[in-house]
Amino acid sequence: MKPTYTSTRNACKLCAPLGASLVFKGIEGCVPLIHGSQGCATYIRRYMISHYKEPVDIASSNFSEETTVFGGNKNFITGINNIRSQYHPDVVGIASTCLSETIGEDVPGLIREYGEVNAGTHIPRFVNASTPSYCGTHMDGFHHTVTATLKAMAQAGTQGEHINILPGFVSPADLRYLKEVLEDFGIDYVLFPDYSESLDNVHTREYQLIPSGGTPVRRIEMTGTAKATIEFGTVFNKGAVRTKGPNHIESAGEYLQRAFDVPNHQMRMPIGIDASDKFFDTLATLSGRPVPEKYQKERGRLIDAYVDAHKYVFGKRAALYGEEDLVLGMVGFFEEIGVHTVLASSGGESGLLKREVDKLLQTDNDTRVVNGMDFASIREEVKALAPDFLIGNSKGYYISRELQIPLVRIGFPIHDRFGAARIHHIGYRGTQELFDRVVNAIIEYKQDHASVAYKYI
Amino acid sequence: MSYILNERKNQVSHAGINADTVACNKPSLAGSVSQRACVFCGSRVVLYPIADALHLIHGPIGCAAYTWDIRGSMSSGPELHRMSFSTDLHEKEVIFGGEPKLYASLIELIDKYQPKAAFVYTTCIVGVIGDDVERICRQVTREKGIPVLPVQAPGFQGSKKDGYKVACETLFNLVGTLNLPTPKYSINILGDFNLAGELWILLDYYKRMGVHVNATITGDGRVDAIRNAHNAALNVVQCSGSMNYLAKMMKDTYGIPSMRVSYFGIEDMSDALYDVARFFKSDEMMDKARDLVRDEFQRLMPALAWYRERLQGKKAAIYVGGAFKAISLIKALRLIGVQSVIVGSQTGTPEDYELIKQLCDEGTIIVDDSNPVELSNFVKEKEADIFIGGVKERPIAHKIGLGFCDHNHERKEPLAGYEGMMNFAKEIYATAMSPVWRFTK
Repeated sequence: MKPTYTSTRNACKLCAPLGASLVFKGIEGCVPLIHGSQGCATYIRRYMISHYKEPVDIASSNFSEETTVFGGNKNFITGINNIRSQYHPDVVGIASTCLSETIGEDVPGLIREYGEVNAGTHIPRFVNASTPSYCGTHMDGFHHTVTATLKAMAQAGTQGEHINILPGFVSPADLRYLKEVLEDFGIDYVLFPDYSESLDNVHTREYQLIPSGGTPVRRIEMTGTAKATIEFGTVFNKGAVRTKGPNHIESAGEYLQRAFDVPNHQMRMPIGIDASDKFFDTLATLSGRPVPEKYQKERGRLIDAYVDAHKYVFGKRAALYGEEDLVLGMVGFFEEIGVHTVLASSGGESGLLKREVDKLLQTDNDTRVVNGMDFASIREEVKALAPDFLIGNSKGYYISRELQIPLVRIGFPIHDRFGAARIHHIGYRGTQELFDRVVNAIIEYKQDHASVAYKYI
Repeated sequence: MSYILNERKNQVSHAGINADTVACNKPSLAGSVSQRACVFCGSRVVLYPIADALHLIHGPIGCAAYTWDIRGSMSSGPELHRMSFSTDLHEKEVIFGGEPKLYASLIELIDKYQPKAAFVYTTCIVGVIGDDVERICRQVTREKGIPVLPVQAPGFQGSKKDGYKVACETLFNLVGTLNLPTPKYSINILGDFNLAGELWILLDYYKRMGVHVNATITGDGRVDAIRNAHNAALNVVQCSGSMNYLAKMMKDTYGIPSMRVSYFGIEDMSDALYDVARFFKSDEMMDKARDLVRDEFQRLMPALAWYRERLQGKKAAIYVGGAFKAISLIKALRLIGVQSVIVGSQTGTPEDYELIKQLCDEGTIIVDDSNPVELSNFVKEKEADIFIGGVKERPIAHKIGLGFCDHNHERKEPLAGYEGMMNFAKEIYATAMSPVWRFTK
């Protein structure tokens, strides 16, 4: 048994307000406000900018000593007023912090009060997410905020023809792909959150105070009247330990089903053929249309590629780390191509990862599945397991370098390469990209370490 | 300038037009989207480069995650500073107290990594939940026999600049606790953080002059060298905002004089060498400094002339953390033909801004604690071609179609010293002359 540590060494997770900020960037016309110290907003901005290479404006209520003692009321009002005069937002997304939660800030009360005092003026919509960083990770913040937004905005009414797509934390390229797929199916949809533009925008020449893109509020309101929801994920934020509040955590799709009777189709992130099939089949069923030929061909090309390269990946040993739902998607994909996942790890603390991985693997597998990991522990595992490659975000690079094991970068954050927003992970086409990158990483490593500079493989 | 929030109007000025000083040293305005971070950040960036110390952040995970390997501060030896350690407080500890977890974390990490000292950073909620961090630090100091120092840096207790002061107070507790034989002509370098190996460039210059560098605080820093810092004859202080306070305390307690220098740009770099030679009243040292500067100039000036010819007439916006750096940048840019039309900083003092006003051409916008709305409007108004700033300013510049020069924590090219000036010219040229701007007009 390896030693366990009380402390966290090189965290493989981020804090909840970051996840909330991502979701708020996926609402059209929204400015995020982090209710806490100035540093929280600035750190999160910097972290996201280094990945997306886009402006990320996040306001702070900038707590001082006085605020901490007497409460954030004054700073909250000043903050909202200043956001309004600088940004003219339609929505202000408010994420709490460890500080504001610990001193017991009543954000819903502050919002109510602000509304009363400013009645008659054009007040932005407010969404409030309770995201203390001592409860769970950035993914808990992310999913909590998706649900909180729907709770604040979804409306009942006559059922429409549209469906909801709740993709979880995927890349802007993934989001654009989803839109393309849904449009090709001719399905009316609400995709939320949609930061495909706001976090991967065109060159605008002007500084857009609030970057274009995002799911419009009137569309989010329609999630309550959709004929179905598709949501990617099986873990979500269900492991977030909170002593306050409900013990049972609902995903956003589950909430819509309970509150508005919108049937929920929950599925693993569609990476690999099986998971993508499930997604496309669901779309075919919901739309009553066959899978468009374009996607049947993508699927066919992917199978063709699997066949062409199968020997290069078969039996290769992968060490995987990242957000739990991403890890699960990748494990399913690796099973399809004969890559042996020797380590499936996450900084997430749901305690559900083992159960979910076991569902994807044959019994008696020897995959190490570990929740609550940090990079120092991942390094120790990797050293012992000696995998053929690492796959996960860029923060594993130092392990890759030290142990001379190639790293395939996926997910978030990728701070040491360009194009992070354009990495495509999902569907047949996304899987194709991942497959090519994995195969080539293995070939490149072998070629680089070969005694001759060979030209054919 | 209607886009400037009313409460911020006195933090913006124009050289030669408004007589008023730039209001500064103020907390950032809520909702303004300040580019500043917090007290914790200020202390963390200053202490971060001390390579053989354990840096443990006591709080929930965010503060540690966002500052993992945040600065490109290089070390010639141990690299413990590049690890991110956190007590990773969960709700349970927030309710019942984090002291046992802090104690256990310190013990296990000191046992495993054998640091020369440990810094324990307190974050926002630690004070609020009432952990007695000082007591735990004292206890572990006794048990483990190394200095375990609290860094009292809850984010809300002021601004980034207050964090510098907290870091200085912490460092001061180390200074004077060790006595090593120290040569006569020895200096401490304060306020260089060895980004991209910049400190090593300076060490070479001082070595060529016959000056012994005692402690480097904190670039490529070592605990024992800091403990012995009081035995140097002089503190040479760069990045005045972060380290002046330590220099002042060392002067008051140990009588060590200090001087402010900057290593950016060839004028300031040369002054930094001459001033040290002058301080030691050594003709030999001064001659060596002159030789060094002459050699470097002979090499550098023709190359810089080439750049000046091509960059002449370009306009730059500067927005950086410390105003002293901004001042050097104005001069360095002028040397290559570039005019500064916007100059701002996160943490400048009234004196800094006065100096900037005097240095700049009429109409230059001078701003304290700015934000994306202002900066994006300023660069359009002043028709800047190039922006010099940090990570958070880069997308502002790029989205508008401006060249950008990284003068941030994580840069990989040294910008200090003479070779740094050359890199700076190259980078400005590369960003100003790239053919890509054709597509953004």
